[in-house]
Amino acid sequence: MAEVLVLAELDPTGDGVRKTTLEALTAARALGEPAAVVTGAPGSAAKVREKLAEYGAASVYVAESPELDDYLVAPKAELLARLVAETSPAAVVIPSSAEGKEVAARLALKTGSGFLTDVTEIAADGTATQVAFAGATVVHAKVTTGTPIYTLRGNSVTAELAPAAGEEKPVEVVVSEEARKTRVLDRVVEQKSSRPELTEASIVVSGGRGVASAENFSIIEGLADSLGAAVGASRAAVDSGFYPHTFQVGQTGKTVSPQLYIAVGISGAIQHRAGMQTSKTIVAVNKDPEAPIFELADFGVVGDLNTVVPEATKKIIARKG
Amino acid sequence: MNIVVLVKQVPDSGSERKLDPADNTVARAGADNVINEMDEYAIEEALVVKEAHGGEVTILTVGPDSAADAIRKALSMGADRAVHVTDEAMHGSCAVQTSAVLAAALQQMDYDLILCGAESTDGQVSVMPALLAERLGIPQLSGARKLTIDDGVAKVERQTDGGFWALEAPLPAIVSTWDTINEPRYPSFKGIMAAKKKPVETKTLADLGIDPSTVGLASATSQVLDFSGRPPKGEGVKVADEGDGADKLVEYLASQKIV
Repeated sequence: MAEVLVLAELDPTGDGVRKTTLEALTAARALGEPAAVVTGAPGSAAKVREKLAEYGAASVYVAESPELDDYLVAPKAELLARLVAETSPAAVVIPSSAEGKEVAARLALKTGSGFLTDVTEIAADGTATQVAFAGATVVHAKVTTGTPIYTLRGNSVTAELAPAAGEEKPVEVVVSEEARKTRVLDRVVEQKSSRPELTEASIVVSGGRGVASAENFSIIEGLADSLGAAVGASRAAVDSGFYPHTFQVGQTGKTVSPQLYIAVGISGAIQHRAGMQTSKTIVAVNKDPEAPIFELADFGVVGDLNTVVPEATKKIIARKG
Repeated sequence: MNIVVLVKQVPDSGSERKLDPADNTVARAGADNVINEMDEYAIEEALVVKEAHGGEVTILTVGPDSAADAIRKALSMGADRAVHVTDEAMHGSCAVQTSAVLAAALQQMDYDLILCGAESTDGQVSVMPALLAERLGIPQLSGARKLTIDDGVAKVERQTDGGFWALEAPLPAIVSTWDTINEPRYPSFKGIMAAKKKPVETKTLADLGIDPSTVGLASATSQVLDFSGRPPKGEGVKVADEGDGADKLVEYLASQKIV
């Protein structure tokens, strides 16, 4: 069976892989035998090899060098291009982060291939599913040139265990002059949060203009914490200064696709729908019975969020005892 | 400093957008077409850099004749001139092909800094800086929430989940901007009037030395096979809070096995 290269995305601490990597390994199995590619500082692969094997990596290509993280995107694209040339994989699957999409794009040019970003499903014949225009349109597309390259949107495929050998294959790292153009001087974490990452979370609780103030966002955070959820915000809430831009869900922010999305005080403008419409279950709390968010909601409460949400939070905590 | 800003015209993200069933491409004719919102931040940033360092701001647009409206808006904000690449053969081009056209146009221009929006609201692929950096052999500084130019070196804060990466590269370079970087100015009346007299150079694929058979739908590196509207959601349940809203909400979550 032909190999499918899967670029592993390590979590920022370097101690594990992000969930999106396991999802990518799962999606890759439709096309062939997954082979994970781990890039990073020396010692990176040892910490994640076992996990990658559990989720189907027959091989783990280990490309370790401090230089890979010193420059933006280009070294990873260069490394993958070399692996594509040497191993002629059936396809390449990359988690759909900002960096992942850029690696895919540069890899496509280097290998004379086409690429599809933010796919939600990959079929055995290589046909990928994408959602367009705020989730309102479902598209099937295919790469017609070279080695197909896909970036897989987080939370669209459920990671499944499929124990495999995970055989380590060391890869020599050569970072060319060409790939040393943009230096990464520092990676700064400003908001340390114990909450899950927005795009990976299985539950997201978002607040909108109706939350009315930055202080009042504690209501949203309270409900989120009772459910182990990530916190999001609508553009209106971000523009009003209630919550930081990093957490914006919508057209110009993050696209999320959790199992459960709870929209609180959010009217449901197209801008916001674009970022959450593909969520599996949608719950809305809004005082305006005509708010368009209710058209999307599986369950809606027309009422004052200031009373409904804190009370619901208390009850959830009590239930969980 | 010669600054080029890439500007795209897109169907308004606030209106209903469609694919054209005839060839599965974005339905641009008949759509409410506007300048890509994120590009306005790139134009603003270009004007700020020009104000600090001097130079000229040129708009570069690839798209049908109707994209002239987006160019005019960019010029009315204060850009100096524009290049509009338009050729029917490009209809249905993929990102790989579009990047080849943009790169060819850029190679005919003098640039120290290329700016563009971090994503277009229609395709949302966010890879043009990566593709152009690869083609032109220049550094990419993408996803900027802050840009400083000093002594021929660009420094960028690349917005990430929960923070930023500090990037640095020598010019010439390509930088893409998020909407956190600035507050775009509104065109003044004077600006709107002045825009009508600013030079817009139109170029075809032949002017760029590109073989028309290498672009467009027929030779795209990926193809849309079919599309459909997302199946409508079943009718949801909506309850009015009469003191029992929280109870009903928690009951619903319990019925979904969430709590």
